[in-house]
Amino acid sequence: MIQGKIWKFGDDIDTDVIIPARYLNVSAEAELAKNCFADIRPDFAGGVSVGDILIAGKNFGCGSSREHAPIAIKAAGIRVIVAESFARIFYRNAFNIGLPLLESMEASRGLSDADGEDAAVDLAAGRIEGRGQVFSARPIPDFMAKLIDAGGLVDYIRKEKIGK
Amino acid sequence: MSMTITEKILAVHAGRDHVLPGDLIEAKVDMALANDVTAPLAIKVFREIGVERVFDTDKITLVADHFVPNKDIASAEQVKIVREFAGQQGLKNYFEGGQSGIEHVILPEKGLVLPGQLIVGADSHTCTYGALGAFSTGVGSTDLGAVMATGEIWLKVPPTILLRYEGSLQPHVGGKDLILHTIGLLGVEGALYCAMEFAGGVISRLPMHQRFTMSNMAIEAGGKNGIMEPDETTLAYVAERTSLKPDIFRSDPDAQYEKVIDINVDGIKPQVALPHLPSNVRPVSEAGDIPIDQVVIGSCTNGWLEDLRDAASILKGRKISPGLRLIIMPGSPLIYKLAMQEGILETFLDAGAVIGPPSCGPCLGGHMGVLASGERAVSTTNRNFVGRMGHPESEVYLANPFVAAASAVLGKVGGPDEL
Ligand code: SF4
Repeated sequence: MIQGKIWKFGDDIDTDVIIPARYLNVSAEAELAKNCFADIRPDFAGGVSVGDILIAGKNFGCGSSREHAPIAIKAAGIRVIVAESFARIFYRNAFNIGLPLLESMEASRGLSDADGEDAAVDLAAGRIEGRGQVFSARPIPDFMAKLIDAGGLVDYIRKEKIGK
Repeated sequence: MSMTITEKILAVHAGRDHVLPGDLIEAKVDMALANDVTAPLAIKVFREIGVERVFDTDKITLVADHFVPNKDIASAEQVKIVREFAGQQGLKNYFEGGQSGIEHVILPEKGLVLPGQLIVGADSHTCTYGALGAFSTGVGSTDLGAVMATGEIWLKVPPTILLRYEGSLQPHVGGKDLILHTIGLLGVEGALYCAMEFAGGVISRLPMHQRFTMSNMAIEAGGKNGIMEPDETTLAYVAERTSLKPDIFRSDPDAQYEKVIDINVDGIKPQVALPHLPSNVRPVSEAGDIPIDQVVIGSCTNGWLEDLRDAASILKGRKISPGLRLIIMPGSPLIYKLAMQEGILETFLDAGAVIGPPSCGPCLGGHMGVLASGERAVSTTNRNFVGRMGHPESEVYLANPFVAAASAVLGKVGGPDEL
């Protein structure tokens, strides 16, 4: 169970606003976290706590393939992102680095003005609780669940492919 | 059973007779690509996985193109990581300095990507090579690190949206306008998780560079890839660059599509995408009176020699608007040289342009043309998100090279017919 504060974002949040390109000359996680959402939510990096939940609208993570985007979000403390839909490469990247995503139109809309409020997410059950309501998400595909269980693609490959 | 070109290429690379949309496959990779921003992370992942050598020293290409020539100490350190890794591993294709250019221009130019291949790159515009009839898609650095170690990647077979273009193109209208129009039609997530297959009489008459422009921007509609069936134009392009024999795949006539969209191009005028989404498209004639501070011509979308020719045809004998900055970024050293030999660079210089090195430069707000607050640019690049070219309060307008050049002369967003 993931429990934390909601950080609410809108539709089409692109990787350029998640982590602007001018901060891409480094790849250290803590540095990336510091500049996460610098342009559109300067209060994010300083205010987010480990376990917080990001809720967004459609097409979250569109734009470039920079893995720095999910890394920055995860390193900042977010433990799950719930959105109406995700851009494809962001979706891959997030699961590959062990940051789970849930697709739920209900939760995205039902909690659209719940910024700062508490929420809880049960990943395995695909359940999101907030505002005294319960929302359901599309189940995480088996393969993605395996990646999350393994802790990301690196550990999955070490285990499954090269037997380390 | 019938399949689309995307399904056929994926099936072959997964060692299967047949795949269906939604199938999760592990596929063999023919070429893996990363750049100075994404490779350092991929190298870190490769090391974490713990194998000694990459899967194939010929099938990995690393290109330093985003922040080069190194814009600061931090970027120099990143490039150093990539250079040293390429050296240690004995990679055949590492490009930097005068050998380098923008990745999506130099890979086709050097014949490193071929029809029928499965190509993945840690750069979202890897979809560019779909124009050759390859399955080519952008992935993340972790994916790429894993590919460098194993030569394989997990992929979900996408459903395909077929886009058929018929009719005749108007003057100063080309691949850039077709794809902007299409993104306007579909929206920035209209092709999410889908393959986009571009077809029809208009595509078969398009020159190669304009096909690349279209496939390049498939990602801007959310597409996984943007593919075209190879034809004589494709094969002639490839034959000039490599002696390797390409594998030709075509969609079966009764292949299953998620959606078929027919687009008549007769009425399409030169397009512009207004801030801050590539889907915010309208004819440039309806853009209104928008004064601009900068024009950028180049990038992996429109940094081809023919694009520079198009821009030069407008700028010949003209001067850019006083106070405006026109920045030209050729896609590769070869394009730079040919443009010089053809006198195109002289035309640009006479018009008042700055000519940059073959690099991503201002396209992603990296360097060599970053915008201040409140500034506006017309650019032949592919993204106009908030802060893409610099300050979060700057604006980017996407257009083709004719429109960009005309806008530089006019000092506002405008098309060639306003000159
Ligand atoms: S030119 Fe722009 S879009 Fe193309 S690879 Fe470089 S930064 Fe990316």
